[in-house]
Amino acid sequence: MLGGGRSAAVSTISTLVFFGLLAVVIALAPGSREVAHDFFSFDAMREAFVGTETTPSIGSAFLLNIKMFLFAEVLILILALGIAVVRQMPGPVFFPFRFLAVAYTDFFRGVPLLLVIYIFGFGVPGLQIDGISDRSPVVLGVAALVLSYSAYVAEVYRSGIDSVHESQVAAARSLGLSRMKALRFVVLPQAIRRVIPPLLNDFISLQKDTALVAVLGPIEAARAAAIYGADRFNYSSFVVAAALFIALTIPLARFTDHLIARDRKRRRAGALV
Amino acid sequence: MSEPLLRLEGVTKSFEELQVLQGIDLALAPHEVVALIGSSGSGKSTLLKCVNLIEPVDAGRVFLDSVEITLAGVDQDAIRAQIGLVFQAFNLFPHMSVLENITLARRRVKGLDRETSEKQALKLLERFGLADRRDEYPDRLSGGQQQRTAIVRALAMEPKLLLLDEVTSALDPELVGEVLTLIKELATGGMTMMIATHEMSFARDIADRVLFLDQGRIVEEGPPDIVFTRPQNPRTQEFLQRIIEAGRL
Repeated sequence: MLGGGRSAAVSTISTLVFFGLLAVVIALAPGSREVAHDFFSFDAMREAFVGTETTPSIGSAFLLNIKMFLFAEVLILILALGIAVVRQMPGPVFFPFRFLAVAYTDFFRGVPLLLVIYIFGFGVPGLQIDGISDRSPVVLGVAALVLSYSAYVAEVYRSGIDSVHESQVAAARSLGLSRMKALRFVVLPQAIRRVIPPLLNDFISLQKDTALVAVLGPIEAARAAAIYGADRFNYSSFVVAAALFIALTIPLARFTDHLIARDRKRRRAGALV
Repeated sequence: MSEPLLRLEGVTKSFEELQVLQGIDLALAPHEVVALIGSSGSGKSTLLKCVNLIEPVDAGRVFLDSVEITLAGVDQDAIRAQIGLVFQAFNLFPHMSVLENITLARRRVKGLDRETSEKQALKLLERFGLADRRDEYPDRLSGGQQQRTAIVRALAMEPKLLLLDEVTSALDPELVGEVLTLIKELATGGMTMMIATHEMSFARDIADRVLFLDQGRIVEEGPPDIVFTRPQNPRTQEFLQRIIEAGRL
């Protein structure tokens, strides 16, 4: 933590020296002039962002990323919670459900997301099922994101559920709450509160992975950048797309840090009571 | 003697290889207060949990109001709602305020609306001197306040029977008194209770009957005056001797 004027001054100076040296190293590199032109041309960036007659606007393409992210996020939160809940159902009756939940998480955590998108995006239309196969590539891509990420997020939920001590369930059940009610009113509210930071971490990752849906054809930011690069032989468009993703993920990353810090503080305060 | 409120017949329970209860028979009359004493691991906690059905019994039968509650097909959630259980470690719900802790089961099990349940909860909190804590979260309360809240939470369901599992063992010595006072008040009010405890003077003071548990069996029982002063069973004598040496009686 920064404290007082002196440490602020020290950190400012060390930051300036560090980035100054980095700038000198890059500037002295043999190809730095070409790189500056090919990747950091301000005119090309502006052009790529707003779009031209022959290339799509990266700015509006990025709206598609945001849209895919928002839809996927909501669906993942719901599906993953369902999987996590099924996985902790006790008793032999629920064995087939538990088995399915375990198989699901094992499968989708094992297959690279890119392959899931390919298989889903090209396989489902081939099935020719009315109402499902004729969906747009964006919908199929989002579905693939949801299936893959739900496996991870289900595990996050599960770790939260496991972290709630059995005695909480015992207390709830002793009052007459059924297993489901104990889960709903006592276990899950505590579990979810504890896993918010890792959940947000997964969503930072999801924001970026919306770019992978481009392999099915939709023009989102990364693909729009590639089109501009191929058209003009100038790759400043990639820097624009990267900057947009960063602009979206950094606030979420800082918010996650903030929650983790708050949680730590609260736990410390709790330990003193 | 009136019909017993609670009756156990040959209740046994093991965890893996360990036989914790080896055939427990007992009956509790309405308004009776029974103290369970015995060293750690003698089966006191397990016995209470079996009565509340939180732990299923391996064999034997449990009757509440002459109805067998260990039968298959009995709605166990409904039975638990009639038998209060208070834990050594309080087990309050940390994400809920005092008021929410107390009203949870009234609302979600009995299906009463928020207003009715809160009115009743406030009356109880008032009675046990916790009304000003109603909106606090458990981690802001002292141990004694937490345990009193936990007892109120059980009372809110208007149980026929209250089971107390070493409810003062996790408390600092200066906080034990307030919890014991509350329990005495309940006994005076006619609450039927089964109390597992290490507080011998309290047991002697409050109990109508004392049961001494040893290795999952009730080896001695009787009025506190007899059990504490003239124990018959050598195990009881040995146990009480150790308690006296530790200065706890």
